[in-house]
Amino acid sequence: MGKTLAEKIFDSHIADKPFEGTYVLKLDAVFCHEITTPIAINDLVSRGMDRVFDPSKIKAVIDHVTPAKDSKTAEQGKIMREWARRHNIKDFFDVGKNGVCHALFPEQGFVRPGYTIIMGDSHTCTHGAFGAFAAGVGTTDLEVGILKGVCSFKYPSTIKFVLKGKLQKGVYAKDAILYVISQIGVNGATDKVMEFTGEIVDEMSMESRMTLCNMAIEAGGTSGVCYPDMKTVEYLWPFIQKDFKSKEEALAEYSKWKSDSDAKFEKVIEYDLSKLEPMATFGNKPDQVKTVKEMEGTKVDQIYIGSCTNGRIEDLRIAADILKGNTISPNVRGIVSPATPKIFKQAMDEGILSVFHDAGFVVTNPTCGACLGMSNGVLAEGEVCASTTNRNFYGRMGKGGTVHLMSPASAAATAIAGHITNSKLFAGK
Amino acid sequence: MKNFKGKVLFLNRSDINTDEIIPAKYLTEITKEALKPFTLEDLKLDSFNPKTDLSGKAAIITRANFGCGSSREHAPWALEVNGINAVIAENFARIFRQNMYNCGMLAIELPKDKIEYLFGKYSGKETEIDIDVNSGSFTITSCGASEKISFEIDGFSKALVEAEGWVGYADKKY
Repeated sequence: MGKTLAEKIFDSHIADKPFEGTYVLKLDAVFCHEITTPIAINDLVSRGMDRVFDPSKIKAVIDHVTPAKDSKTAEQGKIMREWARRHNIKDFFDVGKNGVCHALFPEQGFVRPGYTIIMGDSHTCTHGAFGAFAAGVGTTDLEVGILKGVCSFKYPSTIKFVLKGKLQKGVYAKDAILYVISQIGVNGATDKVMEFTGEIVDEMSMESRMTLCNMAIEAGGTSGVCYPDMKTVEYLWPFIQKDFKSKEEALAEYSKWKSDSDAKFEKVIEYDLSKLEPMATFGNKPDQVKTVKEMEGTKVDQIYIGSCTNGRIEDLRIAADILKGNTISPNVRGIVSPATPKIFKQAMDEGILSVFHDAGFVVTNPTCGACLGMSNGVLAEGEVCASTTNRNFYGRMGKGGTVHLMSPASAAATAIAGHITNSKLFAGK
Repeated sequence: MKNFKGKVLFLNRSDINTDEIIPAKYLTEITKEALKPFTLEDLKLDSFNPKTDLSGKAAIITRANFGCGSSREHAPWALEVNGINAVIAENFARIFRQNMYNCGMLAIELPKDKIEYLFGKYSGKETEIDIDVNSGSFTITSCGASEKISFEIDGFSKALVEAEGWVGYADKKY
């Protein structure tokens, strides 16, 4: 019988099978940020085990609150910085070079098809867009990953999603994933790998596939995955060209990282998304989703464009396309946070930052910041934000605040109108 | 092993997420003890007051998908520093469940009908629980009457509880 993509990755990374169904996997990369790693570091130090399994496989960044906003966040950064130095972790990204981890690490070429990756961050599932098994873990798993280069998982079962048709103009990966989550619910893929296939995924850029996989965790998914294809190879080419004679050779090698035609899936779910409209959340769970049209007129106080979900250059280009020549409503404040320094520079060179500036947005440095209510755009009690982020939990962006998740296009249009509305790019009905 | 005996807190809602268990703004704390006063502070639930209802509890019984959302291990830690080492639910978010076992704590999954039964019979009453990991069962007591309920726990999770966490287990083995 054939295997799923996730099963193939598991079977090729076995360090141990201590119990039936429990796999301890060898890790190809351990990603670290300053919120969940310092406690692991301190624990290792206190146990007299301040070691790392392989400094070249550890990638670290200060991204959640940066530059530090207070003494506590400064201390978290300091612990990371000193740890990276004393263990000779070369891929450490500090102020000036740092950005949102799930945008930065793929951009640096740290993700490859077939890899096993963990990070103390639930949106680690993003990296499955490259055909990797990438999972968010807690601090203890991270600590053992840092120390031993292994992590335990149950053998994965996979739900295969076939996204058929063609997205209408003005409808994006964010709308697609919000729709998927609304259909299966926030508990719909718990303990499962969510495999995204179909012509809509084939058509998507790597950035869009990352948006799709990023929100797998919002349905409980262990990892989101897409099959590697020529787009994957093109994205990775600057980093892999020394390893392959041609892109075709790279594609041939990476093509093994897909599910076999006779693989056994938990479920196969097909959606024809040809008529899908722009979507937005209401309420406090990511599966509470309506069309933007149904949400039309909902007043907002703040617009936030950024995060590991939608802070990439493609997202900023789309938003700028809508904002160009317009100013945002006097009743709202707009915040844009390009997700990495490279994206920031690209947006600067392309004139996108000027568009945001002229429209009335503030442009912040790359950081997770407001997405989880840590800095750079925390809401006050009763305030509402139209946001391109991934969670609308109660209090997520600030105690008593409300978040409506949507695409960058819908967020930009909402900024101009001052209330939730569809972008001019969406002409469908 | 940790203590798995004491009073029960019932949280009657599915999908309680880790932001509700401990909001992100407290993730700048670098000791577990510092999380104690803020545990469940953003959980909006009828007739639940974290300031008074957490005190003296040793276990939580709740509905489905407990601990969804963020990977923060601060969620189990926040429970742990409040004396709560066990949660019983219909199911858990994967990362939260693993975090619990990685800390030598218990995340016990029971079928929906059993959870429904426990809520029906015990919620709203002073209830005590005594969980025996070795036999895979717990005794639940209220108003002087007790009953024994069995649960399943996989070998690996049990080993982690016995080793009081994954670091100790992994350090010996890998």
